[in-house]
Amino acid sequence: MIKSIQITNRKQLLLAFLLLPVWYLLYANLQNISDFLIDTVFQMQKGTHLSETLRFFIFEVPKVLLLLVLIIFGVGIIRSYFSPEKTRNALAGKSTFMGNILAALLGVLTPFCSCSAIPLFLGFVEAGVPLGVTFSFLIAAPMVNEIALIMLGGLFGWKTAIIYTLTGLLIAVFAGYLIGVLKLEKYVQAWVFEVKTGQAGTDETKMNFSHRIKVGLDTVKEIVGKIWLYIVIGVAIGAAAHGYVPEDYMAALMGKSAWYSVPLSILIGIPMYSNAAGIIPIVSVLIEKGASLGTSLAFMMSVIGLSLPEIIILKKVLKMPLILAFVGIVAAGILCVGFIFNFIY
Amino acid sequence: MEIKVLGPGCKKCGTLAEAAKKAVEELAIDANITKVDDMVKILSYGVMSTPALVINEKVVVSGKVPSVSEIKEFIQNA
Repeated sequence: MIKSIQITNRKQLLLAFLLLPVWYLLYANLQNISDFLIDTVFQMQKGTHLSETLRFFIFEVPKVLLLLVLIIFGVGIIRSYFSPEKTRNALAGKSTFMGNILAALLGVLTPFCSCSAIPLFLGFVEAGVPLGVTFSFLIAAPMVNEIALIMLGGLFGWKTAIIYTLTGLLIAVFAGYLIGVLKLEKYVQAWVFEVKTGQAGTDETKMNFSHRIKVGLDTVKEIVGKIWLYIVIGVAIGAAAHGYVPEDYMAALMGKSAWYSVPLSILIGIPMYSNAAGIIPIVSVLIEKGASLGTSLAFMMSVIGLSLPEIIILKKVLKMPLILAFVGIVAAGILCVGFIFNFIY
Repeated sequence: MEIKVLGPGCKKCGTLAEAAKKAVEELAIDANITKVDDMVKILSYGVMSTPALVINEKVVVSGKVPSVSEIKEFIQNA
């Protein structure tokens, strides 16, 4: 029995290693493939709106999907070492600031779905994780993640991806720190403090490495299965704008010279709800058409990091003043990021 | 046998309940499947990431949807 499991695991390992060169060959030749399809197979005229739209689409969709599959696989393996329970234990009783930094970093690495924000919040508070530290986690977890990193890297270059990640982490650390300093515990719904959590009896932590590879593959299946459609739609909108919208069309509205563009795009972004996969292809086109980097980053962070559905969910455990403080502080952080990058670039 | 699916009613929780039902049918055992969506009760199991599967008051999986064959294994080991 054990032997047969080992053999299937070895087969999976072998398959994974054989797929790597195939992956690389595909990725390295995407531009050639899309050019070949457009110019030779479809025989389309170069430089028309339609041919450039299609060329962009045929190039970008597989590029983003290939990157996603590889990196989500890696992240899935890394994530198998983390769990909300372990993160909670690591954060319990931590002092502020150092705790905020740790929480933001763990927010990136711990597997998290916004639908379990409430049990996670309750579990953290009950274990004695300070409120501000809990918020650092809750802000970082949806905003800074591997999907955002890959898509930004693929569509805008790695410099932008790193800037986004670092500033996202900074916002999470400082917003959480500020919420901690303001002592807003009284605006947490009273019943939260009465919750008693049991000790979970799962022993999922004991995994060998080939099991973790399976976890990585499962994660790819789950996440790519969930977001591929967003990517196709997002890139399709992006491709259409790439081909048809004139250059500098967005410059007046979202360009550097329009100072009000940063707060405006944050306000527009709050009620909008999308994950990184859906919004980033659209933002990449905004930038191509003359929107400035700071304004675009602010818009993206606002859409991903602050969302109306999340606020409604949080209403169950938080009173209005704390929700407003949370939204206000995060929005202010995003505002700073937007202004600073419009100023630098 | 008591099988409980913990979750506030997200899509994954429904998927897990379906999978648990299928596993029970395939094993042809006598089991009671209930959904728990009350947050306080969910927390009382120490679960912080939903959905979670509880068999005879013991948490066997949390934070992901296991496959039908995995659930069958959990049931047989319970």
